[in-house]
Amino acid sequence: MDFWDIFSYAAWIVSAGLLLWMLMDAIRINREYDEDLLISSREGADELLEADEKGGGS
Amino acid sequence: MSEQTATASAERINLLKVLGPVHVWALGVGIVLVGEYMGWNFSVGKGGAYGSLIACWFIGLLYTCVAMIDSEVTSTVAAAGGQYAQAKHIVGPLMAFNVGLYLVLAYTMLEAADALVAGDLLAIVADQFGHPDLDPKPFVVLTIAFLAWLNYRGVFMTLTVNFVITAIAFLALVIMFFWVQPWNPGAVLLHEKLLTDLPYGWIGVIASLQFGMWYYLGIEGTCQAAEEVRSAGRSIPLGTMSGMITLLIAATITWYMAAGLLPWEYLGQAGVPMYDAAQMTGSPFLMVLLFIGTIFSAIASANGCINDASRSWFSMGRDRYLPIWFAAVHPRYRTPYRSIVFLIPVAVAFGFTGLLDQVITFSILSGLLGYTFMSLNMMKFRKSWPLDSIKRGYVHPFHPLPALSLLILCAATYFATFLGYGASLLAIMVFYIVASLWFHFHRYKYVRRADQFTMPWPKPKGY
Repeated sequence: MDFWDIFSYAAWIVSAGLLLWMLMDAIRINREYDEDLLISSREGADELLEADEKGGGS
Repeated sequence: MSEQTATASAERINLLKVLGPVHVWALGVGIVLVGEYMGWNFSVGKGGAYGSLIACWFIGLLYTCVAMIDSEVTSTVAAAGGQYAQAKHIVGPLMAFNVGLYLVLAYTMLEAADALVAGDLLAIVADQFGHPDLDPKPFVVLTIAFLAWLNYRGVFMTLTVNFVITAIAFLALVIMFFWVQPWNPGAVLLHEKLLTDLPYGWIGVIASLQFGMWYYLGIEGTCQAAEEVRSAGRSIPLGTMSGMITLLIAATITWYMAAGLLPWEYLGQAGVPMYDAAQMTGSPFLMVLLFIGTIFSAIASANGCINDASRSWFSMGRDRYLPIWFAAVHPRYRTPYRSIVFLIPVAVAFGFTGLLDQVITFSILSGLLGYTFMSLNMMKFRKSWPLDSIKRGYVHPFHPLPALSLLILCAATYFATFLGYGASLLAIMVFYIVASLWFHFHRYKYVRRADQFTMPWPKPKGY
């Protein structure tokens, strides 16, 4: 087994580690946070705030 | 009213606004620059060296129109999803669904192709160090996994890394340009001996337009960052236009160097033309520099593609064009984490096919369909919302000339693609027609129709 073989195995192991980390973190977030909160982002939130402020006249 | 809105806003998790014009530049140029290191040279095979230069400038005009139009529309529709969000607000849901799909597939396939390039480059190095037949697959997966992890952890670090490696790749081309002494013709560059007439006449020049897209393909990706930049109205036009200027310079010096170092017959089929050109100078320093530039440009491109594909997928999920599950934002990193993770196996699957040609052709055609839409979109945008009706961060000059030029250049490029990849073009058209039917007859019933139009614009003129 030469350097390149070890390099290939290392690439597989690091890739698996990174993918596993993302998967575990995603599962943890899904458990810890309410789904409605996670999907609460709004497109153009700034523009909407600006428009509401103008419209509200406060 | 404003207090209520502020409270509601505080309970939401939005994408993080941390980017500036430099990041926008890094996103756009980062995706594209790999095309200067490889791919553009296939246009030489179609139309000769001069044919490729004509394609470089004509397609440069096409992308300048794209950048101008994108900058104006994005300065008013500052939303993730870029052209998808623009199409939704200006044309309608079916066009938006198609544009979103073009974007996701174009970027995911380009990402796969970039990862394949990174893997293949390592296999070449292994071969030179006495280890033939190195399997590139683990390095394809590692490239995608590492960059997806970076994207997952936050957009600021992702695009800061992209800025550094893109700048190095660009500087590598500039250093080589000065190294070959363009002010001293005949010393290193042999244009007088190597340049020929058009080998296949003007039809060859038309055919070369398809591969001329490589010089600039992906610059339109800058507007995917619209929801994450501070002051989108200023940053997006500044980052996009400066990126386009960078690419016009990079494309022209790339052609000039390669055409003066390699005969067109070789250049037209070379896998890594700039590395080969560096070899022709005999300078070990340039060879190492151009190898680093090639691999950095491929990684930067894949990185930017993950960013853009995930934002498009996320935006489509948020509007329920896809399951809303994909619209989740990570509460700590503030990234569309589910979209990023979901697209990893898709990119790996494309990468494992090993069909670089087909993957890239599909990516280019998806991009081209998107540009065609942009010209129509711009005409409708100016007609329905004239300049005095909504505030724009940037107004592009000479309307409708850029939109019309874009439409004509897209038509010429379709013809060029039909000449070389007619079957692929038809297959892709069929795919998008089937997808459109699925969206219209099945998926659209899940969309909350009033919720998707979020911009506080006045009613369109003539409504």
